[in-house]
Amino acid sequence: MTVHERDWQSFVVPGKDGALHMDLAVEGVTCAACMMEIERGLGALAGVRNARLNLTSHRLAVDWEAGEASPQAIVDRLSRLGYTAHPFDPAQVRDRTDGQGRELLRSLAVAGFAGMNIMLLSVSVWSGNASDITPETRDFFHWLSALIALPAAAYAGRPFFRSAFSAIRARRLNMDVPIVIGVFLALALSVGQTIERADHAYYESAVMLLFFLLIGRYLDHGMRRKTRSFAENIAALKADTAARLMPGGEVREVPLSKVSPGDRVLVRAGERVPLDGVVEEGASEIDQSLVTGETALKAIRAGEPVYAGTLNASGSLTVKVTAASGGTLLDEVNRLLETAAQAKSAYVRLADRAAGLYAPVVHLAAGLTFAGWLISGAGWQPALVIAISVLIITCPCALGLAIPAVQVVTSGLMFRAGVLLNAGDAIERLASVDTIVFDKTGTLTLASPEFVNPGEIANVVLDKAGRLALSSRHPLAQALARASRADTPYAGCREVAGGGVSAIDGSGREIRLGSAAFCGIDQAAVDRALARFPAASAIVFRDGTGETHILPVEQRLREDARETAASLREAGYFLEILSGDREGPVAAIAEALGIQAWKAGLTPTEKIARLEQLKAAGHKVLMVGDGLNDAPALAAANVSLSPVTAVHVSQAASDAVFLGERLRPVSDALAIARRAHGAMVQNLWISALYNVVAVPFAVAGFVTPLIAALAMSGSSIVVTANALRLRLGSAQAGDRG
Amino acid sequence: MDVLIYLIPIALLLGLFGLAAFLWSLKTGQYDDLEGAKWRILQDDDLPERKGPKQSGNRPSQ
Repeated sequence: MTVHERDWQSFVVPGKDGALHMDLAVEGVTCAACMMEIERGLGALAGVRNARLNLTSHRLAVDWEAGEASPQAIVDRLSRLGYTAHPFDPAQVRDRTDGQGRELLRSLAVAGFAGMNIMLLSVSVWSGNASDITPETRDFFHWLSALIALPAAAYAGRPFFRSAFSAIRARRLNMDVPIVIGVFLALALSVGQTIERADHAYYESAVMLLFFLLIGRYLDHGMRRKTRSFAENIAALKADTAARLMPGGEVREVPLSKVSPGDRVLVRAGERVPLDGVVEEGASEIDQSLVTGETALKAIRAGEPVYAGTLNASGSLTVKVTAASGGTLLDEVNRLLETAAQAKSAYVRLADRAAGLYAPVVHLAAGLTFAGWLISGAGWQPALVIAISVLIITCPCALGLAIPAVQVVTSGLMFRAGVLLNAGDAIERLASVDTIVFDKTGTLTLASPEFVNPGEIANVVLDKAGRLALSSRHPLAQALARASRADTPYAGCREVAGGGVSAIDGSGREIRLGSAAFCGIDQAAVDRALARFPAASAIVFRDGTGETHILPVEQRLREDARETAASLREAGYFLEILSGDREGPVAAIAEALGIQAWKAGLTPTEKIARLEQLKAAGHKVLMVGDGLNDAPALAAANVSLSPVTAVHVSQAASDAVFLGERLRPVSDALAIARRAHGAMVQNLWISALYNVVAVPFAVAGFVTPLIAALAMSGSSIVVTANALRLRLGSAQAGDRG
Repeated sequence: MDVLIYLIPIALLLGLFGLAAFLWSLKTGQYDDLEGAKWRILQDDDLPERKGPKQSGNRPSQ
């Protein structure tokens, strides 16, 4: 974005005792020293009462006296210390106190306390049964166990009861139903045995089962929370904003919550419409698939309504806002995390199907075991005990937990590396890639706002070109807009994919900005003009009189592009560059990065043809690109990545986006995906083997309820720990913050 | 073994104290930032520092 006037009031909330409070997502936190530096540095600012950095979620909570310090001063101090901070829109931050995690920990504590104390009594009874315990003592211990177990199980089992009952009400069976039945039966049987003054009771099995399962649930919840908080951080970093048109015609970036009905916003080609409204000026096509599911583009003219979340395809629009409703990125990210992403993955579908079949099979197996033992002559109590063991040991938690656990940890690792996943099965596809195709502009390079020949361009030309450039999101145009410091866009611009942007200027003539072909001059003229700057890219401006000006913009490579390219080559990937730019800059960059295969001057269709060629040769292709040029190519590759500076259209077409100014996230994402894929396969094997071995043992009567409880929860924990192991390996990869 | 009648409830009561202490630590938010808590142990901010006039941008070097 070219203008950065931020409105702070929308990010500040009242704190305790008259102070003001703000939450920020901080980039660049790598270790504990950062935490101390930040807290000390901010604490030294006059007026700041309290600054506390949460090292787990990289969020900073600041309290200051109203009037004595300002949010801008705080962010400035942070950037002087070397950290970029982005404030959270308070309306978007999910509960800061994590109520669900606390409830799990409370249940865990109660189950642990109860379980250990019951074990104390049970072990005494077991050893006493083998020697000389008197019936009175045994009864006393059993009654005490009942007194501890029943309230504890009722309290600690609430998460399971809730889940099981809601499933039953929806006429389904989920993983928690066998658990609840098993716990209930074990406790009921134990109470019955206690009343009859029998030798054995099973209180410890029921409560220990709950204890170990709660450990697994808490770990799982912790993973998801970490992933979600990283996602929220990223949404804050991307600063969901709208480009509001001020009364004088200038455009200013404001957070979405500060736009009220009646305001006018500018929606450029390729951007998402931020809020519901009516088109005032401009004509374009709208992609409504995000909202209505219709993929056909709908033509839009002045006077027609547009809705938040839809994509503006070809022309810039001035929209008068009618409703300040949502459709923000954070909502989308959360939705992805919770539902859509999981549903598409083939492994998840497999695990879901297995878990769906499993519950009925489990109950059937337990029932058959009971009947079988009863028929073969055992009493109904021993038969019931064996049936309970079967019910408990055959829980499909391992299968239902295996894939989601890995997916959640992987999403978290990806976020930490600066990669946001857009598709649930992106992980598997990334893991199978062997060829990487890069675009040049905006992907391998960053457009710097410096002209190579600033003195040679007339100011009036620069101003006009800059104003036109405001309506385009192409990196070269953005660089031009920044360099010219223009802030008043033309109304009603049209953008042509692969060409440029055009508008009618104040005197009614058409002006154009874009490629040489788009502005009506041939490539040779451009090459001549740029003979002095072989590595520069050209953007051509044609003003109303038909005069063309060739503006060279220098691009610099991303700072770690060389190392990333080298490490990708070492890892065995084939690298290629496909670009629509002139040969000169592409050749220079290919040489700098050591990439042999490159093609320049390609049209979008030619890029797709090359991708099809590679795919036909049996390669699995990852396409990394941005800009209107690449959206179709991104969809044509096996899997695609876009830098977050890309137009929203490309982001919607790509499987993942990466943030920041470095290229490293690309190689990190590939490495993480490969390891995650391995972990998924391992987990599936572990779950399958466990069930195949454990169930026959239980049916044959070799397993007591306690052992069944330990085995079942053990398998869940092993699978979850295997997923968490992914995080250990990445710890050395370095925290991007 | 009559002594068990009151020894065991006493043991349970002590266990309950432990549970109460854990629940209190949970309520005061000590589990919200485990990474940060690890490192704050090593901070020296409770030592008396050399007090100078508050300057912006200056970190006391130790």
